[in-house]
Amino acid sequence: MKTDKIKLNKNFRENILTYGIVILAYIVIQIMIGTGNISSLMQGLLVPLCTYVILAVSLNLTVGILGELSLGHAGFMCVGAFAGAFFSKCMKDVITVGLLRFILAILIGGICAALIGFLIGMPVLRLKGDYLAIVTLAFGEIIKNVVNVLYIGKDSKGIHFSMKDSLSLGLEEEGEVIINGAQGITGTPKDSTFTIGIILILLTLFIVLNLINSRDGRAIMSIRDNLIAAESIGINVTKYKLMAFSVSAALAGVAGVLYSHNLNSLMATPKNFGYNMSIMILVFVVLGGIGNIRGSMIAAVVLTLLPELLRGLNNYRMLIYAIVLIIMMLFNWSPKLIELRKRFSPKRLLKKTREVQ
Amino acid sequence: MSFISYLINGISLGSVYAIIALGYTMVYGIAKMLNFAHGDVIMVGAFTIFYAVSMQGLPPLLGILLAVVLCTVLGIAIEYVAYRPLRQAASSLAVLITAIGVSYLLQNLALLIFGANTKAFTSVVTIPAVKLADGQVTISGETIVTIICCIVIMIGLTVFINKTKAGQAMLAVSEDKGAAQLMGINVNATISLTFAIGSALAAIAGMLLCSAYPSLTPYTGSMPGIKAFVAAVFGGIGSIPGALIGGIALGIIEILGKAYISSQMADAIVFLVLIIVLLVKPTGILGKKIQEKV
Amino acid sequence: MAVLLEIKNLGISFGGLRAVDDFELSVKKGQLYGLIGPNGAGKTTVFNLLTGVYKPSEGIITLDGVNITGLKTIEINKAGIARTFQNIRLFKDLTVLDNVKAGLHNHYKYSTIEGILRLPKYFKTEAAMNERAMELLKVFELDGEASYLAANLPYGKQRKLEIARALATGPKILLLDEPAAGMNPNETIELMNTIRFVRDNFDMTILLIEHDMKLVSGICEELTVLNFGRILAQGKTGDVLSDPQVITAYLGE
Repeated sequence: MKTDKIKLNKNFRENILTYGIVILAYIVIQIMIGTGNISSLMQGLLVPLCTYVILAVSLNLTVGILGELSLGHAGFMCVGAFAGAFFSKCMKDVITVGLLRFILAILIGGICAALIGFLIGMPVLRLKGDYLAIVTLAFGEIIKNVVNVLYIGKDSKGIHFSMKDSLSLGLEEEGEVIINGAQGITGTPKDSTFTIGIILILLTLFIVLNLINSRDGRAIMSIRDNLIAAESIGINVTKYKLMAFSVSAALAGVAGVLYSHNLNSLMATPKNFGYNMSIMILVFVVLGGIGNIRGSMIAAVVLTLLPELLRGLNNYRMLIYAIVLIIMMLFNWSPKLIELRKRFSPKRLLKKTREVQ
Repeated sequence: MSFISYLINGISLGSVYAIIALGYTMVYGIAKMLNFAHGDVIMVGAFTIFYAVSMQGLPPLLGILLAVVLCTVLGIAIEYVAYRPLRQAASSLAVLITAIGVSYLLQNLALLIFGANTKAFTSVVTIPAVKLADGQVTISGETIVTIICCIVIMIGLTVFINKTKAGQAMLAVSEDKGAAQLMGINVNATISLTFAIGSALAAIAGMLLCSAYPSLTPYTGSMPGIKAFVAAVFGGIGSIPGALIGGIALGIIEILGKAYISSQMADAIVFLVLIIVLLVKPTGILGKKIQEKV
Repeated sequence: MAVLLEIKNLGISFGGLRAVDDFELSVKKGQLYGLIGPNGAGKTTVFNLLTGVYKPSEGIITLDGVNITGLKTIEINKAGIARTFQNIRLFKDLTVLDNVKAGLHNHYKYSTIEGILRLPKYFKTEAAMNERAMELLKVFELDGEASYLAANLPYGKQRKLEIARALATGPKILLLDEPAAGMNPNETIELMNTIRFVRDNFDMTILLIEHDMKLVSGICEELTVLNFGRILAQGKTGDVLSDPQVITAYLGE
């Protein structure tokens, strides 16, 4: 039983460290803001940073823990962003307590994204590997496309819906168009703050880390490691695949709500909700270490800050970003380089010198 | 009559997709990797022609030749520098992300050299348009060239793979790298050759694509690249006839969808059809069924 | 003794190939039963049919009086069949302990919410699971390696862990697919003792596929010999092994 306690303690320590890093980062940044040591540009980046961290951690649940490649994560973020913003704009005058409204918006965004994740997951999760990847990419693009032709308005008669244009909503004169097709939603209350972002990160970590270290997490990881063996010991593969996928989608939806309540006007463009965004989140996950929650968190922060830190280099910054990405991938994953690194690692050199002595 | 025009346009666009999809499918078949940078090689090809023909005034044929050579070299170089070191990596995701890095790199290089604003690509096709059915249906020169190119490439590639030693080596490597190596096949050289052919085809695709849709930006190759990838999966990734079927089908669906349903929803329709096909046939139309042995 | 596993007229075809044909078997409670035959005879296919990996083209499988023909793998496991695999299938990136705990999945339950919120039931159930898993690991002398990743175990111990994981699902019958493959003679003898121990202490019924004749003749009470998908001989181990037909099938003319 001793080894077992050690293991539990180790998990516990690891998790505390992860939460600790987030809280420490929060305190440091708050001090920097208080003493005026942070540029307004950086301050504007704080909420997006929280968004990306949540996205990276949540995608890691699908990619690292469930072991399925998803290239449609931005689609779930999109669902959450629009569902949350839609709710907030509708309820702007009904619920005047900003925080309460925002909490409800987060719940609604998360639930909608989970629902879509569940509906998509049901048919597609039986596909494997690259086929699943391309289908999730396709779904992500469809979500973005559909949102772009979505018109929803509100008047005294209730909610009106169209997929043609805002005129065909047939609104009364004092009616209001809430989602205006490609123009999206404007005037979402700016409820997102850095503090709420950090709280949501902690909440995401709490859900993901505790899920991983539980009976359900074990089932999910057993499917990742060997699907046939998992079935043979009576694990319901479909159920757990769907669970991981839906939770991952829900958290992406929460990130979307955070994202949309930081913007005055929300539009679904290829840049924010297209496959490029999904791919960027995947880059965080892989660079941070597949299945390594803390790693994906740090990778998300570093890779988001990198282009900003390189801003002085103007046009060269994205070029440098690309080169850094390639070199980091080669350095982290090339078997030859890993071998080389082991040979010259400080630990080993230390051991060698000791042996000589 | 407009339906026939749309259909022909669809086949034309589909032919471009098919040529790009060939690059994806060959690389996937042999290296088992999704080469996300493939779309950007198309863009490099198109920019090379733009630079040579529109900016330097070289004859179009020379420009095309230059683009093919440059893309071929680029394809080999990318594989050698960025993908080969990761071939034995612990996760196949590593090389996927590196490919994304290469994609960013090519896009931003083009951005630095040529700037972000859209360039008007001058068509390199000089064949006149053909009018059919008393002028009710017009087939542009670009369309004719595209379809002919696609047919020639398909036949050429099929003959190459089935009749030449190098082609047979490709088949062998795609079946089993280890066994191929034991049979004395140079696996590295074969994979390089695959990337070379795929990239040369991308250059041609770039030329055809930009002749038909003459606006060129550093991101031009990105969406057609993704769609061609969809086409490859649609037809059954790894299969050359599959790439043709997938490409043409996708082109037709896209153009007809744009014309008759909604221009904004055309992409969504394409993706929806892909999803339906994969749900019915999980490895694409001509894909091999893989079953894990227990 | 009562019959636990009864197979009647079992058959499956792949395309035109008749992989298993008219297969009959009845295993009594507590028996150690061997399924042998040359490579490609269809032994593993029988296991795959029994565990729902393949659906039989015809035939009836009953376990403890319950018809389980055509059920899904998960349902068959819940009904009481657990197995190991010829090519070891462990959860490589999970610890040895977690591999066994995964096997306990359907016997120790708490809800997802209880797990995420770390409610008391989580701690109570996990502690009980740990205790049970460690007990099982002790049987296979793996308790010392409980916190290792399964992938880092030596080969012989991986095979044992697979048996421990299968046992954790609380089966009525255990199917072992070449448990001694790749083991040296000493390890095989040790394995034979373990298999006997499992049978005696867990009141287990065991059906095993094996090529190692020493193991087969050492522990199996009855045998069925398969050749080209058909039963060649069936009966008491001693009788079957001295059957001239069996000797021919194994050694050739």
